[in-house]
Amino acid sequence: MIKQDASEKQSFTLNFGPQHPATHGVLRLILEMDGEVVERADPHIGLLHRGTEKLIEYKTYLQAIPYFDRLDYVSPMSQEHAFALAVEKLLGLEIPERAKYIRVLFCEITRILNHLLNITTMAIDVGAMTPLLWGFEEREILMGFYERVSGARMHANYFRPGGVNKDLPSDLAEDILAFANRFPKVIDDLEGLLTENRIFKQRTVNIGTMTAEQALDWGFTGPMLRASNVAWDLRRNQPYEVYDQFDFFIPVGKNGDCYDRYLVRMEEMRQSVRIIIQCLEKMPAGPVKVHDYKIVPPPRTEMKTSMEALIHHFKLYTEGYHVPAGETYTVVEAPKGEFGVYLVSDGSNMPYRCKIRAPSFAFMQAFDFMTKGHMLADVPSIIGSLDIVFGEIDR
Amino acid sequence: MIESILYLLPLIGYVLLIIVPLLLVIAYLTYVERKVIAAMQLRIGPNVVGWFGLLQPFADGLKLLHKETIIPTRSNPIIFLCAPLVTFSLSLSAWAVIPFAPGVVISNINVGILYLFAISSLGVYGIIIAGWASNSKYPFLGALRSAAQMVSYEVSIGLVIIVILLSSGSMNLTDIVEAQKSMWYVVPHLPMAVIFMISALAETNRSPFDLPEAEAELVAGYNVEYSAIIFALFFLGEYGNMILMSAIGALLFLGGWLPPFHVIPFTWIPGFIWFALKVSFLLFIFLWVRATFPRFRYDQLMRLGWKVFLPFTLGWVVLTGFVMVAFNLFSGGQG
Repeated sequence: MIKQDASEKQSFTLNFGPQHPATHGVLRLILEMDGEVVERADPHIGLLHRGTEKLIEYKTYLQAIPYFDRLDYVSPMSQEHAFALAVEKLLGLEIPERAKYIRVLFCEITRILNHLLNITTMAIDVGAMTPLLWGFEEREILMGFYERVSGARMHANYFRPGGVNKDLPSDLAEDILAFANRFPKVIDDLEGLLTENRIFKQRTVNIGTMTAEQALDWGFTGPMLRASNVAWDLRRNQPYEVYDQFDFFIPVGKNGDCYDRYLVRMEEMRQSVRIIIQCLEKMPAGPVKVHDYKIVPPPRTEMKTSMEALIHHFKLYTEGYHVPAGETYTVVEAPKGEFGVYLVSDGSNMPYRCKIRAPSFAFMQAFDFMTKGHMLADVPSIIGSLDIVFGEIDR
Repeated sequence: MIESILYLLPLIGYVLLIIVPLLLVIAYLTYVERKVIAAMQLRIGPNVVGWFGLLQPFADGLKLLHKETIIPTRSNPIIFLCAPLVTFSLSLSAWAVIPFAPGVVISNINVGILYLFAISSLGVYGIIIAGWASNSKYPFLGALRSAAQMVSYEVSIGLVIIVILLSSGSMNLTDIVEAQKSMWYVVPHLPMAVIFMISALAETNRSPFDLPEAEAELVAGYNVEYSAIIFALFFLGEYGNMILMSAIGALLFLGGWLPPFHVIPFTWIPGFIWFALKVSFLLFIFLWVRATFPRFRYDQLMRLGWKVFLPFTLGWVVLTGFVMVAFNLFSGGQG
């Protein structure tokens, strides 16, 4: 007979990912399981590490911006925004009013882009297929706006220190307004499939619950923190750009479970639509970048006739501009949470150090804590509600 | 010897007469599924191969045929290869007792419904053998889940069938259909029809009960290690089971080949067309549900099966029996 000691319980180790359909990229989890119950989840990261922070140290400030698009590749402009703000802070620049409105407009479009992806992939993680395809129909339109303003559907490279690259094309504002007026109907449709769906609620309510205290302890920010009933939103608590000009709510959840995170994101999309509409109404005319050819390139027409403009252009695109020595930690409320850039300049044309604070990294570290004692089927729901993207976790 | 061959030949002919159209229907069910779900998801669906993508099922079949069959090193190859055969052949053999129209049936045995029940219970073996023989973790978990799930829902389907037996007084499927001439059983037994449909979803491992192959958790469940034509056999078996379950549902609750009203324009349409329409309607429900609902969790599914469906169907059996005795409604007089 085989003697079995109760303390020598054999757990079942399951290798979840990196080639698993529900890992949102390249997450690798080592799950120690007791039957279907997860006892320990050990996330392994680093499979998408590209050394972004080190690469930025060898690039001029202008060349560094595209790297920010490639961190969290579902919300590119929000991250460019953080870097652009940091550089402007070190340079002591004040950008024109219209540029601020355009930035806010596209940050909110980015928020909708991100939340649409997150909510619909979370739905597919719990087994509902249709929201994904409905949501992606809308993302396609939003990416069209990205393309019209910057020429690229994802990696926009549109926000520059000193403003934005180009003014809005002539009829873009009307199209965005038409979208914003129509989009709440799409949110209603998505809600119709999910919010009151009994199976969806069974799969998400009381799953991966975080109390307000726990959420703060684990470094949560953004919708993850707000779902745990902490009304902390940088757009409201320390307004940057022109966020203090707008009328919008900060939705908070009650229980801090997967369902509340879903609800908070749904409501944030509605609030983003409100901000977009107000932004388009209030947007002033005027220039979209500072009139300082040491920082932003001169117009191309001028380059054809003016020797000075040509020299400025040449200097900007070879050597770049020098940023006064100093350091700054600048944060924005990215769709996923607090996205921060700690930028140190030594007075040269390249950053001395650029530390990036990625919100999903903090969510990922709480993963073991959140999944403990849940079933295997809850693991995808929790991953879905975390809203992780490996571009920014691995950097 | 010759006599027995002569006896067998027409039988083989009958079998082919059913299996060949059945395989065609299975192939086109995959096409219809893709088209219907595409329409619900604002997509187009297959539209490249042939007119409106009508040759897509054959393209898929051919592709699977010429792929390499990979047998995992540590698996048990013989059992590994047997599993899809079990699933596939069981899903075909059940059709022997399904009547398509009055008298159009291979074998009109008087315990037809027991035969169906037995065959569909055996279906779990294909899956559990596949999960075990793959010798891999995800298929193993998938197999365990499906074994538990199919056994649980078998029980409530069994009780639903008992209700129908009580009402019709026969186990012969043709007699059961004929007994619905005055009223389809869906009218008096509506809750049972709903429970049957839900259990059929669970029995065939379809969404929202597709736990054994839940892609978000188990990648593909019991068939992770299968490829090429042996994978196709699982696939065909699953879709064959869907059609089978719809056919049983149509026979038990929707009056099989009977028209809804026995008046002139309805009685002109031949019986098998009515039968096909009813089966298609039930299949559409399968697809509709798949496009709409998220997936249950394992424990929730078991709770639904044992704590909700089982007591309810048991109560309904008692109630039906009581009503039948009280109003002396037993027919046939076998008892």
